[in-house]
Amino acid sequence: MLTLIRAVISRDLRLAMRRQADIVSAMFFFIIVVSLFPLGIGPEADLLRKLAPGVLWVAALLATMLSLPRLFADDHRDGTLEQLALAPQPLGLVVLGKVIAHWLVSGLPLALLAPILGIQFDLSNDALWVLTVSLLIGTPALSGIGAIGAALTLGVRGGGVLLSLLVLPLYIPVLIFGAGAVDATVTGLGPQAHLSLLGALTLGGVFFAPWATAAALRIALE
Amino acid sequence: MNNRLINWFKYASPQSFYPIAGKMIPWFWALAAVFGVAGLYIGFGVAPTDAQQGEGYRIIFLHVPAAWMSMFIYLVMAFWAALGLAFNTRLSGMMASALAPTGAVFAFLALWTGALWGKPMWGAWWVWDARLTSELILLFLYIGFIALQSAIDDPRRADKAGAILALVGVVNIPIIYFSVKWWNTLHQGSSVSLTKSPSMAMTMLWGMLLCALAFWMYSIAVALMRARSIMLERERHTEWVRALLTDKE
Repeated sequence: MLTLIRAVISRDLRLAMRRQADIVSAMFFFIIVVSLFPLGIGPEADLLRKLAPGVLWVAALLATMLSLPRLFADDHRDGTLEQLALAPQPLGLVVLGKVIAHWLVSGLPLALLAPILGIQFDLSNDALWVLTVSLLIGTPALSGIGAIGAALTLGVRGGGVLLSLLVLPLYIPVLIFGAGAVDATVTGLGPQAHLSLLGALTLGGVFFAPWATAAALRIALE
Repeated sequence: MNNRLINWFKYASPQSFYPIAGKMIPWFWALAAVFGVAGLYIGFGVAPTDAQQGEGYRIIFLHVPAAWMSMFIYLVMAFWAALGLAFNTRLSGMMASALAPTGAVFAFLALWTGALWGKPMWGAWWVWDARLTSELILLFLYIGFIALQSAIDDPRRADKAGAILALVGVVNIPIIYFSVKWWNTLHQGSSVSLTKSPSMAMTMLWGMLLCALAFWMYSIAVALMRARSIMLERERHTEWVRALLTDKE
């Protein structure tokens, strides 16, 4: 079981490394979106500090979503996905491996970039830490839930726009608790409650989402 | 027992469900009209003017039933979706996609009437309150369901994909509701809650219940009508539809 997951992860990572432009463009999308806000709102430090958690988290949601369509599309096109579905191992585990690989190339770099962007928003050191931790805890849930949407829109007309319509409403709890944790730190309350709930969402999402995704993939492959 | 089971599955096929749905629709329309007229009469004629809110409160006779229905229809939709995935019946998917637009309309109506009520009472069309936000998300879920189904050309695949989305959404609804609630408590405290209203006059309650019943009957009638059109469209190559259409001519 673990060898299967590990094999899928290493395969997907190798594929991602051969196409680094995809990862880098998602990162720059994140950076640009975050940088647009101070330009649009104005440079008052107080206002920016208040907006930072929400802005950084929304930008992270959008950047994650940008990379979702590629999660299954290439494998679907060259027939790999059908072979994986025919394999004796449960498809859910394969999906779990792909979700983890997706997180490693999209969620993890976002979390590591976020504190640097947080400095632009004049966040305190504590808030920067909590921001990084909340993104580290929360982004796996984004990859997991997003996989369901990616599987449902596989090979569908106008898949990209449809994907955002399906996935963004489901991202709302993650957004609320993720941004809430940073917000609570900025206002002086502890972030523990928000982080625990975020962790619960991630565990639940990463555990259940692969099975829903596998069911959706089987429908798409029929 | 066995006989009854067979009877139930008999109506799971579009061919036998189509005529019986056609017979039921006028009854549900009639009931909707009766309950609607009675509820509106009690709501706007009999019920006393509210001491604090004046006449403006009368929007609740439309607002509360619409909000109830928008949530309930989503549950029914998810129920049909689960049934369709489990038993692979054609009718379940048709019912789910027939219910979705009605649910979306009720969600929109609840938001709209709420805004009309909120302007004079709270002084704002929109407040980022827990209930408002979760109702808005419910509307998004309906729209996502409809968009997904209309983007997939193969109806069987559309049904199943929609079913998975509806089930994921139904798991998410309590999470969304509570997350929005907890998130909101950080920002603002009290807001007017209908469930906690200290004393609601009996006539008001009756008016609201009658209106809710009217909305129920309306939803069933409209969903059945829509299901009938979906049936005709999807089964247009079959014998019974052809026979039905030639009979009418």
